[in-house]
Amino acid sequence: MIRVELPLALRELARLDGALSLDVPQPATMHAVIDAIEARFPALAGTIRDPVGRQRRPFLRFYACHEDWSSLPLDAPLPPPVAAGDEPLLIVGAVAGG
Amino acid sequence: MSGVRVLIGTRKGAFVATSDAGRTKWDIAGPHFAGWEVYHVKGSPADPDRIYASQSSAWFGQVVQRSDDGGRTWDAVGNEFAYEGDPGTHLWYDGTPHPWEFKRVWHLEPTRENPDEVYAGVEDAALFRSSDGGQTWSELPGLRSCEGPKWQPGAGGMCLHTILLDPTTPGRIFIAISAAGAFRTDDGGQSFKPINQGLHSQYIPDPTAAVGHCVHRIAQHPARPDVLFMQKHWDVMRSDDAGDNWHKVSGNLPSDFGFPIEVHAHEPDTVYVVPLKSDQERFPADSKLRVFRSRTGGNDWEPLTAGLPQEHCYVNVLRDAMAVDQLDDCGIYFGTTGGQVYCSPDGGDNWAPIARDLPAVCSVEVQTLP
Repeated sequence: MIRVELPLALRELARLDGALSLDVPQPATMHAVIDAIEARFPALAGTIRDPVGRQRRPFLRFYACHEDWSSLPLDAPLPPPVAAGDEPLLIVGAVAGG
Repeated sequence: MSGVRVLIGTRKGAFVATSDAGRTKWDIAGPHFAGWEVYHVKGSPADPDRIYASQSSAWFGQVVQRSDDGGRTWDAVGNEFAYEGDPGTHLWYDGTPHPWEFKRVWHLEPTRENPDEVYAGVEDAALFRSSDGGQTWSELPGLRSCEGPKWQPGAGGMCLHTILLDPTTPGRIFIAISAAGAFRTDDGGQSFKPINQGLHSQYIPDPTAAVGHCVHRIAQHPARPDVLFMQKHWDVMRSDDAGDNWHKVSGNLPSDFGFPIEVHAHEPDTVYVVPLKSDQERFPADSKLRVFRSRTGGNDWEPLTAGLPQEHCYVNVLRDAMAVDQLDDCGIYFGTTGGQVYCSPDGGDNWAPIARDLPAVCSVEVQTLP
């Protein structure tokens, strides 16, 4: 199971209380994680990845194991500690706005 | 009729205000979708419990929400707005080609007949339709055939912000785009034509071009659907032939720059605008918040000020932020970028705030409840 931490706005949109663990087919990629999120929470469809272009939304970042994985292709394998569920995958909203 | 429900979209969420027919005491619920921009909220004429809301953010993109219980609870529906085919390019602010990109839904227009049928006006400008309550959306691509590569965004983006579904002519729809102009279809959206004859815009290379005009809003009275009123970037305009020709009716307005325009529910010649000082200084002239009313279909305008701030007022009223109800004594409503929402229960003679300190108001719509 992969552990994912979502921004507050998306947890509210999904009506998600508490932690999120997802069963993701291996090799685990960001695409696979997002597919699993959208399958469980249809309200989140298109909020992390543009539904037409299937690219990461530019104001979101993907962090894991104290590193920024946002620039990796969405079909690249995630770090083994994330795939194994030892480390969470953090989906983070950029600090911006007013 | 028992009362009204005012649907308010703001920069940081949606609010629902309700009152009885007196329209003096208000209950306000919200914010719904707190922290998200809500460009528009509109109820179905066929089923007042069915309401659609456009929720968006720079972080998470577009969400369309639907309520089936009058705005108490909401569920996200479909948000995939895919242009038909390769949409190509339009002009960017500097005149260079720019790829067509979906950004957000500006306006949602449910049909009179079917609560599951709803149109969406989006940025970059296009018209979409859903026949399944917002679950799926299809573009009506004929609109972009009207010289779409020549369209250019206004300051707020290249948005399709006005959708008028003609109440008597089947298949006729009027739409407006900043800054492309007004367009009409007579075949349900398969084909469109520009309806900008008579508009004069000095801020474009050819002031009388077929497309390129920054139309801010169009309004129509259902009893006289061939008469249209337009608030253009500058100029208040009128058409008596379903948009084929326009003439200026700014008359004695202190300024004819503004955004919203509305028609009284029972008097097709009574029209409302909120003039701003200029496109450079987008606040009320003389720092007085005044709605102007014409009872003659334009040209002769009177200021309506009772209950509105008459000093130190520097708010704007955006294009979708004015509405009228259907009660016998027609109510007029508008919201400001300062977060005030005003109601006049007597056609504009007297005003009082519904709310004073909401986030900046993007849209105001009213449902008249049975």
